[in-house]
Formats: sequence, C-alpha cells, structure tokens
Amino acid sequence: MIAEFGLAALWLAAALSALQLALVAFGLTGGRAALLAPVRAVAVAQGGLTLIAFVALIVLFVRVDLSVALVAANDHSMKPLLYRFAGTWGNHEGSMLLWVAVLGVAGGAVALIERRLPERTLVATLGAQAFIALGFFAFLLFASNPFARLDPAPVEGMGLNPLLQDPGLAFHPPTLYFGYVGLSVAFSFAVGALVTRDVGPAFARAMRPWVLGAWIFLTLGITAGSYWAYYELGWGGWWFWDPVENASLMPWLAATALLHSVTVLATRDGLRAWTIMLAVVAFSMSMVGTFLVRSGILTSVHAFAVDPRRGGFILALLALYIGGALALFALRVGTVREGQRFDAVSREGALVANNLLLSAILGIVLVGTLYPLGIEAVTGEKLSVGPPYFNAAAGPLALILVAIMGAGPMMRWRRDDGIAVLKRMALPVLLSVVAVVAVMLLAPGIGVLPILGLMVAAGAAVASVAPLWKRNLRRTPLFTYGMVVAHLGIAVSLAGMASEAAFTKETLVAARLGETHSVGPYRLRFDAVEPIAGENWTAIEATVTAYRGDGAGVVLHPQARAFSAPPTETSEAAIRTVWDGQLYVVLGKSDEQGRWQLRLWWKPFVTLIWAGGGLIALGGAFSLIGRVRRERRARVVETYA
Amino acid sequence: MRALVALALMLSPVAGAAQSNVPPAALSDTQLPDPAQEAQAHKLMETLRCLVCQGQSIADSDADLAGDMRALVRRRIAAGEKPEAIRAWLVQRYGNWVTYDPPLGATTWPLWALPIALLMVGVLVARGSFRRRAKP
Amino acid sequence: MTKTRIRWLLWVPLLAFLLFLGLVASGLLHPADRTIVSRLVGQKMPAIALPAASAMRPGLATGAATGTPRLVNIFASWCVPCAAEAPQLEALAKAGIVIDAVAIRDRREDVDRFLTRYGNPYRAIGSDVDSRVQLALGSSGVPETFVVDGRGIIRAQKIGEIRPEDVAELIATVRALR
Repeated sequence: MIAEFGLAALWLAAALSALQLALVAFGLTGGRAALLAPVRAVAVAQGGLTLIAFVALIVLFVRVDLSVALVAANDHSMKPLLYRFAGTWGNHEGSMLLWVAVLGVAGGAVALIERRLPERTLVATLGAQAFIALGFFAFLLFASNPFARLDPAPVEGMGLNPLLQDPGLAFHPPTLYFGYVGLSVAFSFAVGALVTRDVGPAFARAMRPWVLGAWIFLTLGITAGSYWAYYELGWGGWWFWDPVENASLMPWLAATALLHSVTVLATRDGLRAWTIMLAVVAFSMSMVGTFLVRSGILTSVHAFAVDPRRGGFILALLALYIGGALALFALRVGTVREGQRFDAVSREGALVANNLLLSAILGIVLVGTLYPLGIEAVTGEKLSVGPPYFNAAAGPLALILVAIMGAGPMMRWRRDDGIAVLKRMALPVLLSVVAVVAVMLLAPGIGVLPILGLMVAAGAAVASVAPLWKRNLRRTPLFTYGMVVAHLGIAVSLAGMASEAAFTKETLVAARLGETHSVGPYRLRFDAVEPIAGENWTAIEATVTAYRGDGAGVVLHPQARAFSAPPTETSEAAIRTVWDGQLYVVLGKSDEQGRWQLRLWWKPFVTLIWAGGGLIALGGAFSLIGRVRRERRARVVETYA
Repeated sequence: MRALVALALMLSPVAGAAQSNVPPAALSDTQLPDPAQEAQAHKLMETLRCLVCQGQSIADSDADLAGDMRALVRRRIAAGEKPEAIRAWLVQRYGNWVTYDPPLGATTWPLWALPIALLMVGVLVARGSFRRRAKP
Repeated sequence: MTKTRIRWLLWVPLLAFLLFLGLVASGLLHPADRTIVSRLVGQKMPAIALPAASAMRPGLATGAATGTPRLVNIFASWCVPCAAEAPQLEALAKAGIVIDAVAIRDRREDVDRFLTRYGNPYRAIGSDVDSRVQLALGSSGVPETFVVDGRGIIRAQKIGEIRPEDVAELIATVRALR
C-alpha cells in the first residue's frame, strides 16, 4: 500500500511539474499574466509531494517491507534501525529519489520564500526548476523506479555493504545532496535571469543566500565524506583523487567561485557574465558528477551500480539541460549590459583572480578524471591518472589561491595601490617566513609542497583575521565574521593537510603478544587478541595499550570484522585523538607463526583538516544569517520609511 | 588458545573460496630496516596501481597481489634498485595503466600543458573586465 | 577588447561540453575492456626458476627457449574457474600439447588435492608463493594461459578460463608454431 502511495505521489508530482512548466512557458511568452499566478502554489505542492514519496520509501526500508524489490535487495531485518533508515539512500534508486526530493523541496522553498525578485524573473526561475525536475522525474519513473514490487517476496533481504553500515552513511549523502541539488536553484536563477534579461545587483542579492545554503551543505558533505573514508577504510588516507571524490569536489569549486562572484555582482555590479556562467557550471558539475558515478564508465571504489542504459538516460538529460543552458548563455549574455569596470589591482581584481584559479583547478580535476577515458577512446592505450598528477598540477595553483585569499580582503574596491597592499600584508608574510624557517630547522627532510603549504597556511591564517583588526568588534556585521571564519577555516584545513603530508609516522609490524612497538611519540604494547560479536557481525578484537612519555596508558581496540550478509571483511581502526594529532591503529591478519600484523600511524594535526572544513561551513552559516538579517532590517526600514 | 580460536574464526566460511591459504609475503606488511629506503619504497608504492582493485594504490590495498607487489618493491629497494627502475620494470609488463604518475610522453603532454593553457585563457577573459588605466 | 572576440569566446563552454558529451557517449557505447593484458606478448619469455609445487611433478626451471612450443598455464588450487578449465587442459594434453604450470600462492597439500581431484595435464609445476613470476610475466590474475613458441617468444595470452570452444583453436595455434 505504502509503495503504491509513494509511487502515486511521485507521478502526481511529475504531473505538477509539467503543469508548472507549461504555465510559465505560456504565461511568459504570451503575456498572459493570469497563467503565472498559480505557479508558486504549484511549485510548493510539487515539492511537498516529492517529499511525501521519499518519506514513503523511508517507511518501507525501516519496516523491511520485502515485497518491494529495492528493499529486498538492500535491506536486512537484522540491521540496526539507524542503518535501515540510512539504507534508503545507500543504493541507486533510493539516492536518486533523494536527489529528486531535494530538487522539489528546493524549488518549493524558492516559491514560498523568495520575495525580492521581480515576479517575471522569479517565475522564469521556477519554470527552469520545473524543466529540470521533469527530466529527472522521467528518469526515476521509467528507468529507476524505487517502488517496484517483487513477487513472491523473499524471506530475507540481501543486506547492505558493511562498509556503509556506519554513521557516516546517515550523514554524508543527504548533506552532499542538499548541496549538489541545492545548486540547481542557482542554475535556475541564472536561466531565469538570462530569459528575462534581468542580471543585476538585485538578482545577485536574491541568489546569494541560496548559493550560500547549498555551498555550506556541500562543504559539510565533502568534509564528512573525507573523514568517513579516513577512519573506515583503514589505510589512513583522507583523499585519493578518486573519480567519485573528484565528482563531489568539482561542484564545490564552482560554487565557491560563484559565491564570491555573486557578492561582487551584488555590491559592485561587476562580473555579470562570470556569475551567470559559474551558476550554470556549478549545477552542471553536480549533474555530470551524478552521471559519472552511476554510468559505470569510470572505475572507482565508491561507484554505484553499473548500468550503461541508465547512464545513457542521464547523459541525454545532461545534453538537454547543460547544452541548453550553455547555448542560452552564448546567445543572451552578449546583450546583458556590462557592469562596472575596475582596476586589476583591486578587490574585484583579487576576486577575478580567485575565479580564475578556482576555474583552472576545476578544469584540471575534470580533465584529469576524464583523461584515461579519452586516451583509451582515441588510441586504445590504458593509462592511469592519480594523486601524483593532481597534486602536482592543482597543488601549486591552490597555494597561490590561498595566498590571494589572504590578501584580497585587505584590498580596496575598484582601485588599490600595489605597494600599499604589500605593506598591509607585511605581518602575514613575516609569519609565513618564520613558520617556514622553524619547520625547516626543527624537522628537516620534508617535501617542497608540504613546506609551501605550511608557509601559506600560516600567513593566510593571520591574514584572514586581519579584517577584524582595528574594528569595533561589536559593530562588525555578522557576515564579516563569516568571511573571517571561513577564510580561517581554509588556512586551518591547509595546515592540517600539509602537516599530515609532512610529519606522519608509520610503523608496520608482525607482532607477537606482549611485544612493544613505537610510532611517533608513542610506545604501544600488544596485549591480547580475542573474538567478539556484535549485532550482525563477528570480529577479532585486539587490545593495545599506548604510552606517551610518562603518562598513563590508553587502551585501544582495533578490530577485524566479518559480516555475513553479504559476506565481507572490514577493518575497524582504533583512533585516539589528542590535541596535537591522532594515533591510528589497525589490526591485520595473523601469519603461521602466530604473529599479528599491526599498522600504526601517528598523524600530527591531521584533525585540523576536518576542523577547518567545519570552520568553513560555520563561516558560511554566519554569512548567510548575517545577510538574511541585514535584508530583514532593510525591509523593515523600507516599510516604515 | 585464544589465538587458535581467533584463527579458526578467521578461516571460517566468510574467508571464502577464492582466497589463497598462503600467508602474505615477508615484506608486504613489514617495513625495511633502513628508514630512508622505507620512505623511498613507500613513496613508490603510493603511485603504483593495484592490478586487481577498483582504483587503489598498492599502498592502500588489502588484496593479496597488492601485498606481493609491495613485497617486490621493498625487496628491490633493499637490493639497491632505484624506484624509477622498478616502476619502469612494471610498466614494461603492464603498460602505463599500472602507474598513477603518467610519464611525460606523446599521449600525456596535454595533461601538463593544460594548467598553463587554462590560466592563459582565463587571463584573456579576465582582461575584458578590467578598466583601462587613464594615461597620466 | 573587440566585441567579436568576446562573442566567439562565449561559445567555447558549449563546444567544450559537446566534446565532453562525445567522449562519454563513446565510453558508454563501447564499454572499456577492464582486463589488463600482458605487454610481454611478442617478446621473450623471462627465465623462470621455481621449486616444485607438488610431489607429482618437477619444478619449473627453464630458460626461455626449450625447443618445443608449449602452453604456460597460470593457476591456483583456490581458483574456481581453474577447476572449470581442467577438462579443457586434459583435452589439450591428450592432443600432445606440452603444458607447464605456475601455481600462484599455493601450499603443497592444496595443489596435490587439486591435481588429484581435477586431473594433472602438466609437465612441470612451479610454486610461486609470492607472485614473483606472475608479476614478471605481466599476468594479473588466475587462470591465464600463455602460448610460447620454441624460441621462447610469447605469442599469445589467454585471460580467463579456457572454454571448450577454445580448445581446437589453441591446438591449431600451438601446432603451427615452431
């Protein structure tokens, strides 16, 4: 019953989105304003219905309704409640439904909340949103139906990949999808603005909170995903430039550039074409990412179910939406009036450099990811492009970008003097030099890129706080704090990355019980090994006691787990977090002489990577709240003026 | 005793049919005694691709063959061979697919030209936004 | 900055996207073959010196050239498709084809058990406990079979188990070599 109800809600939502599109298309072209009146309501209804369909699927998963094919393939009655719930989106159809639900709800939210735009532009935006939704509804209903029945219903479900039975699954995909699909609003705004030729500061101010909201979620989602992979996969790595990881990074890069561009448009009426372009690119990258991950054309540890037919469907949608938007851009943007111009050395100039570098990094990541595919298509040769390329090509650009991030907020709008800027940067530069000298003296033998990373991070951290210098802190707007915190977060994250690359210590041993081995400042004694069992797994658990200096020992329990449905082995690392880093211990297999393989890592300041990510998102939240509050106050003033 | 029970559990039906019973090779999970050599070996292992995995380096993989490849790398570094020679030996047998660091050649030069090209295009586009400085 | 130059730049993103579309469409239509082929096909077989994997046959200690064309079968007792191709290997051996083997990551007792159960078409079986020889040959899994001619040049590589329909072709290929 619930499955049919969910499917019906989905069909109804699809019909409403077709109606929404028709109303907008005919209303705008024929000048029939009456047709435009119900569009907002239809958009809200469509969003609500899609949400209902998604909730229906959640109910089916939590109840383990095995008469639904998707539940039978991915659920299991022995799974803990949290993972039955999160398992809803741990598969292709369910995650696609989440995708469409966020798309619908985002559109509904715009319809409900947005009051600042001229009605025509807003309606055009909602029309674009409906157009996108229609294609993905079709994909869901015709090629990936989550509510298909299975007759006869099996006795037990096929369970879920044990690597996904983790709190990370409950958090990472939804956050990421709010981000990815939230960018559709920016895309629709851009299309709406191109259609009605209304690109200006008002448009930018309207679009900004939506971009910020999506970007905050995307930042959190990527940070969470990185930490999840770090502690779950058991090899201490936090980023591999894997195609699926790259697919999540590319929208973030575009969205970050868009965020900055939209502010220039909102406050200085500059960068009109860039802003529109970036809004289109950001969501296009989301769609391209969705395609790459589900089509099977790229190999990845994280890839979804492989089905070229579905891949073809999504590719057709991509061609329609991205091709259409880019064509509209090329045709219309020439007629958009040029905004204000500015000097190369100015805050706008720094923001243009920011856009440029982010776009270049985006280009490198995109081409690097697709290059093996391209070469194989053209020459038949197989090659692999991985971390050595991405780090070498994108790394230096990223460092230059962070340096500009430090200098930018200290520059004046419209026109500034190069020497004056350098003088303002004196303190951050000095600190960078001190940091580098300290590192090279205290810890020689580190690679070039990590040293440069530490140097830039030190300078950028100081520079990011500089805008607060000499200001009345209580009268500083919240969104200025937002900028400071977010930029500080970038510097902190960079420091963590550089520190991890430079100072990680690793020890691999085949240890007998009772032996002590050391890694970094720790000495670890291998005390015991015993079998234990959990809700739906059995494991070998080791007891390892770690000592540092003269302190009391800390007990760690790394496990090697075995699941039965489906049969898989995973390794649960034991991680001890202290103020200056993490101790990471993994238990491997035993050999014939009764020795156990232990992998020990000491990773100084590695937590800064994700703490920085959290700070970036927090800064975004401050900016969003700050802007919304300022808008409200301005409107109140208007009302009473 | 506990170790035996543990061992029995490890070899239970879950450690399935398609797995070797031979334990990992000596140097696949132990480090070389010389830290400088181990660092060299580790750096190389991070850039060699696991032949039987879905996109992992041999440094990050639990697969048996990856372990054997690590053992091969460590053995050879300990014997004094240069990392690039070991990489070349593997590429001779498996092609460029096995290295994550594509060598600069006829098929890979676009990868390296790309960042420069992108920046140049970007500067060209950006110049359109800049104001012409008034002549003094 | 002339208007026309800006105008054609505006079309670059769309063109880049169309290029991307073409690329991935071809990737979808012609899904890439994921198998990794040995690059030594056409080159001299490396010299192999391996101890015996089983009491029933000598180890594999050959220079490259042995004078007779032969098959080198890479297998393991823990490999399920290897059991599936055993009848085909029997047929090849009966047809007079010489088959040497390399047993990957195997213990003596497991190899003996496998041979007793599935038959023993091999002339010699080398024990490769740490995949050294497998890596030296450019092989990446089991089962694989290399066709080597009398001068020690690798002429072909079959990845995966030998199916019944492959047997006749293999016999013809080996017989045609010198």
